[in-house]
Amino acid sequence: MIVEQFPVLIVVAPLILAFIVNVVGLWNRRLCFYIVFIALSACLVFSLGILNTVLTQGEPIHYRLGNWQPPWGIEYVIDHLNALILVSVAIISLLVAVYAKRSLEQEIHESKLPQFYTLFLLQVTGLLGITATGDMFNLYVLLEIASFSAYAIIAMGERGADFAAFRYVLFGTIGACAYLLGTGYLYILTGSLNMVDVAHLLPQAFYSKALLVGLAFFVVGVGIKMGMFPLHIWLPDAYTLAPSAVSALLAPLFTKVGAYVIIRIMFTVFDPSFSLALYPVADILGWIAAIGILFACIMALAQSDLKRMLCYVIVAEMGYILIGIASANRLGLTGAILHIVNDMFMMACLFTVAGAIFYQTGTRNINQFRYLHRTMPITLAVFVVGALSVVGVPPLCGFFSKWYLILGAIQAQKWVLLAVLLISSLIYAILFFRVIECAYLEPREAHNHAYDGGHPTPTLDRVPISMLAPMVLIAAGIILLGIFSGKIIVHIIEFAIPATL
Amino acid sequence: MLEVILSKYNYWIFSILLVVGLYGMMAKNNLMKKLIGMNIFQWAIILFFISIGAKRGATVPIITGTHGHDTHTIVARAAEYVNPLPHALMLTAIVVGIATTGIALALLVAIYKRYNTIEEDEIIEALKK
Repeated sequence: MIVEQFPVLIVVAPLILAFIVNVVGLWNRRLCFYIVFIALSACLVFSLGILNTVLTQGEPIHYRLGNWQPPWGIEYVIDHLNALILVSVAIISLLVAVYAKRSLEQEIHESKLPQFYTLFLLQVTGLLGITATGDMFNLYVLLEIASFSAYAIIAMGERGADFAAFRYVLFGTIGACAYLLGTGYLYILTGSLNMVDVAHLLPQAFYSKALLVGLAFFVVGVGIKMGMFPLHIWLPDAYTLAPSAVSALLAPLFTKVGAYVIIRIMFTVFDPSFSLALYPVADILGWIAAIGILFACIMALAQSDLKRMLCYVIVAEMGYILIGIASANRLGLTGAILHIVNDMFMMACLFTVAGAIFYQTGTRNINQFRYLHRTMPITLAVFVVGALSVVGVPPLCGFFSKWYLILGAIQAQKWVLLAVLLISSLIYAILFFRVIECAYLEPREAHNHAYDGGHPTPTLDRVPISMLAPMVLIAAGIILLGIFSGKIIVHIIEFAIPATL
Repeated sequence: MLEVILSKYNYWIFSILLVVGLYGMMAKNNLMKKLIGMNIFQWAIILFFISIGAKRGATVPIITGTHGHDTHTIVARAAEYVNPLPHALMLTAIVVGIATTGIALALLVAIYKRYNTIEEDEIIEALKK
């Protein structure tokens, strides 16, 4: 049955098509987009098939590459957690690919389009692979595939992007090397690289100091890749200066997939009784998250560039996910996993809006957004949905994950984390209402004087429909995720949390 | 003390190389030197992995004589062979390292073409204008 091959096809299909795109691009550049579209649609179908299989059989899929037996061969293990993230990554990357087609026209020279689409597909390959794999070293290789395409694709951006990308290369390499070292420590202690196998063998080594160092290397390595405070220094420059479509792909997905890897390592590879109970890992992560959120919120308040402001919001959002992990109970982890999915949609929404505003007006400066509601009503409506969701207004999805995070912090009796969650929500409100105020409210004098210069007549957005439709769909996704968050928790996330917790 | 260092000398060399690489990446102003620091950092880890696979007095992991008739009588003793798995992993890691260096060098060429320098402070100065 072809359905059984879905776990590997979801990685192999975009990988092979990425190179076909490059070859076809030599002959006809227009075809590139359609190949990317087909590849990502196929990924979406595969991921939905995988989710369906996992839900019906109720236990993880084990796919053996080349039919080699697990401890020796590479194995793809997909449980409820992977499947949920695979579907979200596939949806967002497909929508962003459609969005990218017209958005790129202004930002990238036409001759670079085949290379861009190749890197785009390689990026998605890496992200889907990281999520699907059940092998520590395979994860490292796929992490590097995703990072390499990110380095190159970010360097295609505006002035200064090449320097930002170079700094990202240095930081990213330290991160990947730290991850590799962690894998080495685990290999020395257990002699295995398969996550399930390592998890079985590790309890014998729980009191070894080397294991603790290994865990520290994992957290630092993945922390750099996902932009965890204080390892996020590369993030604002790289994501701000990248082309709009690239930030809309990388910012929501790469950081969240990194958060997934942290959860996978801390709760599947290492037993929660080691990574949380034996050592105060959760407390350390909690303090890092608390300081990081406040720092990032204050830095975001200081920015006038919309995209740079959103980059700091991402750093704060990563802190939210860490708070869920640091609470170390079912409620907190439910919140963290739900927040990974929600945040993918919220960040994709906000970054696509930033790109659309840049497409029509050529500016990202918040202070120049005046009268924007007259010329871009749909874009700004989408922005309001995304912004309210990040702030945490009830019917939208951001509220529910924050609700579970708060419940988790209360149950763990970590009052500092609770206070940080509430304070940061208030700062978010200021942050986003500042943008909404600039865009919606008009200065009074414009009505008094018969001055009509900066007073455009109301029109619909001049942004092409292929950019508007993905934005509206993502906004609809935010609302639907909010409405159906109860179902997602009961049917998927409940099974994704380790039973010992 | 000296015995502790000498008996585990591979770990000490690896740690020193790691710190040298990190120092190069953090303290040097020239981007090329940062890149060299990055390479030292990566190679330290590769040497670490290779050294953990090695054993004293062991040979290459090729089991000879398995093509004869009495294959089942041959017993492979793991202690006689070096562990091939870390070496195989590092083959991949070397490729990854070369790809990183390639990307970084390509970026350096682009940076040099645009700003006419690869000194970090001069580039930051040029970007502020």
